[in-house]
Amino acid sequence: MTSPHVKTKEGFRRISIDPVTRLEGHGKIDIFLDREGEVAEVFFQVPELRGFEKFCEGRPVEELPRITPRICGVCPEAHMMASAKACDAVYKVTLPLTAKLLRELQYNIFYVTDHTTHFYALGAPDFVMGPTSDPATRNIIGVIGKVGLEIGGQVIKCRQWGHEAAAIFGGKPVNPVNAIPGGMSKPISVEERDRLREIVDYMVGFAKFTLKLFHDVVLANNQYLDIILNGPFRHETYSMGLVDEHNKVNFYDGKVRVVDPEGRELCKYAPADYASVIAERVEPWTYLKFPYLKQVGWKGFVDGKDSGVYRATPQSRLNVADGMNSPEAQAAYEEYFETLTGDRSGKKPVHHTLAIHWARVIELLNAAEHAQELLKHPEITNPENYRVIPTATPSEGVGIVEAPRGTLTHHYLTDEKGIVRKANLIVGTTNNHAAICMSLKKAAQGLIHRGVEVSEGLLNMIEMAFRAYDPCYGCATHSLPGKMPLWVRVHEPNGTVVGELKR
Amino acid sequence: MSANAGTTPPKAKLKIGMYWAASCGGCDISLLEIGPHILELIEAADVVFWPCAADFKYKDVAAYPDGYMDVCFFNGGVRNSEQEEIARLLRRKSKTLIAYGECAIDGGIPALANTKTIEGIFAASYHDNPSLDNPGHVEPQPITESNFGDLEIPHFYPHVLRLADIVEVDYQIPGCPPQADRVWEAILTLVGGKVPARNTAVKVACFDKSVCDECALEKRNVKIKEFKRPHLAIPEPGWCLLEQGFICMGPATRSGCGALCTKAILPCRGCYGPSGEVTDQGAAMISALGSILDATTEEHAREMIDEIVDPVGTFYRFTMASSDLKGSR
Repeated sequence: MTSPHVKTKEGFRRISIDPVTRLEGHGKIDIFLDREGEVAEVFFQVPELRGFEKFCEGRPVEELPRITPRICGVCPEAHMMASAKACDAVYKVTLPLTAKLLRELQYNIFYVTDHTTHFYALGAPDFVMGPTSDPATRNIIGVIGKVGLEIGGQVIKCRQWGHEAAAIFGGKPVNPVNAIPGGMSKPISVEERDRLREIVDYMVGFAKFTLKLFHDVVLANNQYLDIILNGPFRHETYSMGLVDEHNKVNFYDGKVRVVDPEGRELCKYAPADYASVIAERVEPWTYLKFPYLKQVGWKGFVDGKDSGVYRATPQSRLNVADGMNSPEAQAAYEEYFETLTGDRSGKKPVHHTLAIHWARVIELLNAAEHAQELLKHPEITNPENYRVIPTATPSEGVGIVEAPRGTLTHHYLTDEKGIVRKANLIVGTTNNHAAICMSLKKAAQGLIHRGVEVSEGLLNMIEMAFRAYDPCYGCATHSLPGKMPLWVRVHEPNGTVVGELKR
Repeated sequence: MSANAGTTPPKAKLKIGMYWAASCGGCDISLLEIGPHILELIEAADVVFWPCAADFKYKDVAAYPDGYMDVCFFNGGVRNSEQEEIARLLRRKSKTLIAYGECAIDGGIPALANTKTIEGIFAASYHDNPSLDNPGHVEPQPITESNFGDLEIPHFYPHVLRLADIVEVDYQIPGCPPQADRVWEAILTLVGGKVPARNTAVKVACFDKSVCDECALEKRNVKIKEFKRPHLAIPEPGWCLLEQGFICMGPATRSGCGALCTKAILPCRGCYGPSGEVTDQGAAMISALGSILDATTEEHAREMIDEIVDPVGTFYRFTMASSDLKGSR
C-alpha cells in the first residue's frame, strides 16, 4: 500500500491498483495522469522478494529440488524439474530412459493441472463474467455459478486428479518431492500406470472441452474477438521457448529458441549457454529484475526488432516452434495462426497479448495428449531404470524447463562435495517483466482519456493486460533485499537517467 | 463465526478471507485442494478478500468495519513493512485470524534467509551473478523519485518474522502446505461454530504425535552406523529411512500430513513443524538422533553428527523464525 506521505508531483494525478489480483504473488500498478487527463506514465511495481539465490548457498545441491519448489507453490513441479536437471548437470549424469520418461510424464500432467487453474480461476472470470462485471462475482465462484455446477465439478475433478497424479509420483499433491539428481526417487507400478492412464484420458477430454468452451465463450463473441485483435494489447517483441529436436514445442527438455518479431530465428541455445543470451537489468523502483536479449541490447520499455525485450509465454512458445508434437493440438495450432494472422499459409508469429489465453488452452490439450503418448511407452514401468547414482565429482550445471509462465533457468555452482556455492535463477514471469510493464502502459493509454470515467471495470481491463501472461510474482520474487540507504535515480519516462541522489 | 455460534447455527453466510505474505502460493492452492468440498464452502461462506482468486483490493478491506470477516487465513511470514501493515489490518477486520501454513507459523523455507545478511542477499540478487547487467550498482529503493511522483516499495526487515510476532493469532494450521483432508476437517469445525472464535495460537488440522507414528516404513530398532545422502544411495524398500542412515525429520515433526514424503521413498524434511509442545524443532531432532546413533561415546556421537552436511538447513528447514538460533544480524 502506498503511504499517505508519498508525493505526487503537481500537475499529475495518481491512480493505484493495489494489489493486482487474480495472479500469483504481489504487484501494484501506479498510473499517472497529466492535466489533460491523459496517461503520462505507468509503473508496475513488485513489492516483495525472498532471497532464494542467497539462502540456497551452503545447502547440499540434492536438496534444492526440495527447497526451490517453495519459490512457487503454484508451479512447484517446474522448479523441482529445472532444479533436478541442474543437479544432473552438476553431477554430469545422463538419465536412464525410464527416468526421463517419468519426469516428462509427470511434468506434462502438471501442465494440465496448472493451465487449468489459470484458465478457469484466474483468466476466465474476465471473459465468462465480463471485463466490467461486478468485482464481487468476477472470480472462479462466479464462473461456476454461471457455467453451472456440472462444468464447475469437471474443473475441480481435473485439478483434483492432477494432484492425485502428482502424489503418485512424488508423495505430496502440492510440492511433490520425487525428482532427484540422477532421476526419480521411485518407479511407478503397473497399477499406478493404469490409474494415470485413466486420469490422463479424462484430461484429454477435459482439454478438448476447454478448447471448445474458449471458442464458444470468447472467439464466438465478436466484442471479445475485437478486443483481442484490435484492443490496446499488442506488442511486437521477440519470442522465446523450448523446442525439441524437430523444433516442436516441448515443456520438459530441448533447446531454447528465440525468434524476432517477424519470426526469424535469432538463436537456439543449450541451457549451459543462457548467460550469453540473456542479461538482467536492475531498476530502483521495483524488486524484480528486467531480463533482455544481450545481442539485441536494452533500448528501454519499447517493442520492435531493435529492442531486446522478449516474451516467454504460451504464445511465444507457439511462435518459436514449427508445431506441436500431438495431433489435435497441432490442428488447434494451425487454426490459431490462421485466425490471428488471417493467412492460411502458416504465417507466424502473432503478437496479440490477450490471445495468450488461447495459446494456453492449446498447450493444455498438447500436454494431455503428450502424457497419453508417454503412458504407452513400454519402459515407463521399468522397475530398475528410474534412477542412476551419480559418480562424477559435482561442479556446475544449468537446468532449463518451460514453466507454464515462461522459460525457467536454474544455474548452480558447487564445491567438490556438492555443497552449493552460488545459485542463479531466471524464472518464468521475470522474462516477461518488461513486456508486462509495456502492456499495462499501452492498455492504460488506450483506455483512459480525458472525460472517460476511470471506473473499476476500466481498471480491471488494464489488469487484463497482465493477466494474459499468467504472471507469478511468487516465482519472480525469489530474492530478498532489506532496507538500504536511500539512493534515488531520477529518470525520464523512457528510462533515461537524468540525475542521481544519494543519502 | 459469530460469538454465539456455539448455540445458534449461523443463518447468514460466513465471510472469509485469505491472504499471502512472504509465501509461495502453495497455501492458496492447498485451499483449493479440498476439491468438491469447495462447492460446500461456497454454500456456507462468501469470500470477501483473496488476492489470488478474487478482485478485492486493500482499500476495500480497509473500508470494512472492524471484525467484519469471520475467519481470515493468513499464509506467509512477515518480512517487510507492507506485510506487517496488512497483518495488522487483517487482525482488526477478523474475528478469527488463522496462521495458515508453516511460513506464517515458523517462517517456513523463506526464513532460511535469516542465516544470511541483507548485504549478502543483495549481492546475490543484484550484483554478483552471471546474467546481471548492472554496472551502476543499482539496488531497489523504498522511495524512488520520478517525474510524476514518488514510487514506493516496502521496507524490508532484516529477518522473516512469524505472524504471531506481529499480531495475536487465534489458531495455527501447520504444513507446507497443509494437507487438504485436515484443512477441510478444520473448516467444518469452524463453520459449525464448534470452537471459540478467539483462542491462543492453538494448532488445529494436525495431530500431536510425530510423523513416525503415521509412517508405514518398518522400524527395526537398528542404530545408525553412518549418514547417507539421498541421491547417493538407494534405500532398501519398506525399511525406516532414518535407520538406514538417511536423515529424516520424522521423529521431530508433527503428524497430520500422512507421511507423504516417505511414500515417495524420500525422508521427511519437517514441514509440519515441531511435534507436541516442542518449540525448537532442530534441537528436538538433534536430541532424538543422540539416542539412535550407533556411537559408543558422546565424542563419537558428536563426530557422527558433525558428518551431517548442512545441519541448519536440515534441522531448521521450515522453522528458522522459531529457532533458538538467532541467525545473522
